[in-house]
Amino acid sequence: MDWEIRDDAPIYSQLVAQIKLGIAAGALSPGERLPSVRDLAAEAGVNPNTMQRALQELERQGLVYSQRTSGRFVTEETDVIENAKRSLADEQVRSFLDAMARLGYMRDDILRLLEARIREESGNGEL
Amino acid sequence: MANFECRALGKRYGHVQALENVDITVESGRVVGLLGPNGSGKTTLIKLANGLLTPDAGSISICGKAPGPETRAMVSYLPDRPMLPQWMRARELIKFYADFYADFDTQRALDMLGRLGVPADRRIRQMSKGTQEKVQLILVMSRRAKLYLLDEPIGGVDPATRDFILDTILRNFDGGSSIVISTHLISDVEKALDDVVFINNGHVMLQSSVDDIRERNGMSVDALFREVFKC
Repeated sequence: MDWEIRDDAPIYSQLVAQIKLGIAAGALSPGERLPSVRDLAAEAGVNPNTMQRALQELERQGLVYSQRTSGRFVTEETDVIENAKRSLADEQVRSFLDAMARLGYMRDDILRLLEARIREESGNGEL
Repeated sequence: MANFECRALGKRYGHVQALENVDITVESGRVVGLLGPNGSGKTTLIKLANGLLTPDAGSISICGKAPGPETRAMVSYLPDRPMLPQWMRARELIKFYADFYADFDTQRALDMLGRLGVPADRRIRQMSKGTQEKVQLILVMSRRAKLYLLDEPIGGVDPATRDFILDTILRNFDGGSSIVISTHLISDVEKALDDVVFINNGHVMLQSSVDDIRERNGMSVDALFREVFKC
């Protein structure tokens, strides 16, 4: 995974978000065994305690589970993954709408721009 | 019991109050950044913890014991400038350290020497300042100590080596030990730290976890430091 830690938010919550994205996007498959906390921490260049905290939060959210002797795994419950994916998509939509509102666009204009853009992209796709 | 603790610690050099009423606790398994501008008292604190200076007030303890021969066996110390015998070769130094410290891991030292590309048979005298710093750090991190006191460990090395050093620190220390890193290169070490202590004019200004600072202030520790210590 590529790790990107920004300056404006807690490190652990960014780790949660990035692992969640990895699971939702399928970069980490259901049932896949995760590397050890220490290896994940070293890979991301963060403190192991911070990575531990992030994994515990993901466990609490049901996206990963741990088996006492064999380590941590991505959940196999596809509806949990689907929900996570959906909430990430909602976040994207919300921040897009916020940005458009700041530019002064109204609902109808936004829809028109979106439709035009999608048509353009699928048009290009057919070429 | 905390791996490192000071209570109402004070140190004065003549008329200069170098440290005053300093309370710091470092639990086991934590990596703590000791951050402050030049002359704030960072090195004084680390020297007190090593028993190289004696406090004028308050107390300091390492795993419950006052600095002395017993704590020296538990503390791995990186001084603020390399203090290696100039005539020795890196390989000889490793043997020397292995003789001196029961917790020294020779294999780990040789591995790091190889990975950092330090020629084992070269004399310290013939090495650049940065390479000497690498050797000193390798020796310090090759011990399996309870407490690592690193005074400016990354000041003189290039950014790639810096990354390697941080990676080495994070991979090699285990849950039972603690690390105190004094530095002003905050952005480089921030992600590796659990907690930070801001120190200024001999006083502790702030003691917090990195993520609490980011949560509360919406900015990195580095950005907060620049704001607090604006010239």
